[in-house]
Amino acid sequence: MNKLNILSPNKNNLYAYLYSGISLFFISILIVFLNSFFSLDLTSFLPGTISYFLPLIIGFIGLHLIRIEYSRIKFLDIINKNINTNKFNALLSLLIIFAFIKSLPPLLSWFIIDANFAGDSKDACSGSGACWAYIKTWFNRFMYGMYPNAEQWRINLSFIALAFLGGVGFFATEKFKKYLTLYYVVVYPVIAFLFIFFFISGGPIFFDFSYGIIAAVISIIIGFFIPSKFKMYYFLIIPITFYILLKYVFFYEELIELGKIQAFEWVETGAWGGLSLTFIVSFFCLIFCFPVGLFLSLGRRSDLPIIKYISIGFIEFWRGVPLITVLFMSSVMFPMFLPEDMFIDKLVRVIIAISLFEAAYVAEVIRGGLQALPRGQYDAAKSLGMGYWKMHIFVILPQALKLVIPGIANTFLALVKDTPLIFVVGLLEIVGMLNLAKTNPEWLGFAMEGYVFASIVFFIICYAMSKYSYNLEQKYKTER
Amino acid sequence: MNFKKILPQLLTLVVVILVFGFFSYNAQVNMENRGITFGYGFLSQESSFDVQFSLIKYDGSHSYFRAYLVGLLNTILVSVIGILFATIIGVVVGIARLSSNYLIERTAAIYVEFFRNIPLLLQIFFWYFAALRALPLPEKAEPIFGVFFLTIKGFFVPAFVWNNLDIFIYSVISAIIAIVFVRLYAKKKQENQGIQTPVLSISIGLLIILPLLSFFLGGVDASVEIPVIEQLSKTSFTFKGGLKLPPELISLALALSLYTATFIAECVRAGVQGVSKGQKEAAASIGLTPNQVLKLVVMPQALRIIIPPTTNQYLNLTKNSSLAAAIAYPDLVLVFAGTALMQTGRAIEIVSITMLTYLTLSITISIFMNWYNKKIAIKEK
Repeated sequence: MNKLNILSPNKNNLYAYLYSGISLFFISILIVFLNSFFSLDLTSFLPGTISYFLPLIIGFIGLHLIRIEYSRIKFLDIINKNINTNKFNALLSLLIIFAFIKSLPPLLSWFIIDANFAGDSKDACSGSGACWAYIKTWFNRFMYGMYPNAEQWRINLSFIALAFLGGVGFFATEKFKKYLTLYYVVVYPVIAFLFIFFFISGGPIFFDFSYGIIAAVISIIIGFFIPSKFKMYYFLIIPITFYILLKYVFFYEELIELGKIQAFEWVETGAWGGLSLTFIVSFFCLIFCFPVGLFLSLGRRSDLPIIKYISIGFIEFWRGVPLITVLFMSSVMFPMFLPEDMFIDKLVRVIIAISLFEAAYVAEVIRGGLQALPRGQYDAAKSLGMGYWKMHIFVILPQALKLVIPGIANTFLALVKDTPLIFVVGLLEIVGMLNLAKTNPEWLGFAMEGYVFASIVFFIICYAMSKYSYNLEQKYKTER
Repeated sequence: MNFKKILPQLLTLVVVILVFGFFSYNAQVNMENRGITFGYGFLSQESSFDVQFSLIKYDGSHSYFRAYLVGLLNTILVSVIGILFATIIGVVVGIARLSSNYLIERTAAIYVEFFRNIPLLLQIFFWYFAALRALPLPEKAEPIFGVFFLTIKGFFVPAFVWNNLDIFIYSVISAIIAIVFVRLYAKKKQENQGIQTPVLSISIGLLIILPLLSFFLGGVDASVEIPVIEQLSKTSFTFKGGLKLPPELISLALALSLYTATFIAECVRAGVQGVSKGQKEAAASIGLTPNQVLKLVVMPQALRIIIPPTTNQYLNLTKNSSLAAAIAYPDLVLVFAGTALMQTGRAIEIVSITMLTYLTLSITISIFMNWYNKKIAIKEK
């Protein structure tokens, strides 16, 4: 048997080092574990400071003893490579393990063991842990805001229907794949708007927008018979003409009568709230900010000076101010800019404000993608005789947008995380509802539970979004 | 000129002018109806409201402009604190993300994923309404190191009482100027003669010696004032003396720095990973020591990648500090666009001043960043 040199472990006495090191390491973990879970202090006979640092010292020696390179024992090599490369790393690893063990019992007891799940009043919560009964009681409010309880099925139904319609892309056959872009960019948002207007809001069945849709459908049907040469001019002029004709000539009198017919009880937007409002605001802002941002980015790279400078000014303005001042503007300053008899709902104002704000960020992200494309792509497209729009739609944008998927996903994430700011105009989504519930005299003192709950909800949403964008990025990745 | 090029420009211009015209016409009509005249004269009027926390002397008898300054200074204060801590945490976490130690890397990754996927406003509320409310009352507070008191009413720290503070500040400024000159000189010397000067130790020395000299020669004098507990009434206690950091400031700075640090950490990671391995190997193969490799080869290239997005994050932090309004920390938005607007009713003037302030700030920084980017860009042939 070789002589044991404790200061520099080597392969000669591998097992001696291994057994002593591992047992020391486990003893140190055991001490901390017993201390934190059962508040047993095994080392209480020692003076305070030494007793406090003893597990660290023992564990450190243990890790030092098993730090043997190329031992050919698989798990030992993995440990050494990952958490035990040198003294400093070993110390940090131990600290992290101990901190984890130490923080587990209080967290567990707060979240589960001492927590109250049952009950529907404050008295049910007597333990030192979390009061999940609070979340349970207020759950409806956190999800739907002040929306009447009896009508909440409307929100559920709309969301389920919209989720189903949104998932159409996954089931589309090859034949319909080419219409998917049109579907998602034009048809789906319109359907979503109609659902929210008729169903969630309970708006009148016939209103201005209905004429718009009728006009659009009729003009699209006629549009199939128009020679392609005039199609652009046709679609610029005819739908608007139809709309004006329908509204002011054919149905002018009926509008007032028909406008009173509602399928459902009217729920004003001030009563909307909770997580469903978060979804509604983020959904519409996502839909609006993308095309606006796309056009802004094209405008910023345009050769036409007036368009270019207007785009630059617009983008830099929105990027330079905080969202909260934009919302302030939309709530206190914007009404001053409108004629006195004109009133725009505050939810609509908020959606427009957030969309314009985020559009500026989307524009900058897309511009990054446009700049990253080699000049040859533009030249090649031009040499094939493509015009500006054809070149961008078929050659430039598909490549550029693919490049900027992560950036756009980040902007969208920022948008979702910005929605709580709508409290500025008095709309209460989930965080706003939490603050309202917190001040309820029957439920004082449960702020922590509420914020933890909302944090988990937002974490799940945002984490899922970022993972999805990562998948998307991998899916469309092409070798360049 | 090409007709196809002029028409869209003309159309855009007409639309923009029409929209602006529509808005300003309505604004005029509306203001006439309400009997308000547009103008910035109100700035010199007496504000007659009080602000909880202010860096400069302020009370209700001061003007609205002074209130604006109070708000602006508070915004700058919380931004500077936030930027400082965000940078420290961000750099540490970013480096931890690159660690070969699995546990450290995972811990840092969990921190980043967790804190950046939760809305900042929620984090601010969490710290202010939930975490800091769990702190003890002033009379029950345990002193930290005997002089710091962390209570529900704020963080009480010892304050310096200065004599001739201005001379001390001048000495620090002159030290910084001297350091700039030393750096320039050192750079020139290295370019001409290839000799490296120990800039860092000289700079630190200057920063210590010059202010020290001001103590001995300039008549600067500082003493420490420790907060002492004081009874206001039977049940109400507070601390007297020292410096009080209000809980609003603490929770705001905490949330801002923890949130922004996650983004800075990602910038740092991307920057260090962006330096190709070949660079390090090439540097090592010409005989540079590991320290020199880091200082002369890796860091300059990594910083080129790190600095632009990090400055963007600093800008974001400054803009995000406007969320202060949600927890009543008297920043620019709360004091000026909140209280002052409510009192005067001058929505257009006040919101435009507030926006213009932020706009000036961010445009200045982005102009500076463009200049800096151009300066450090690799010049390719």
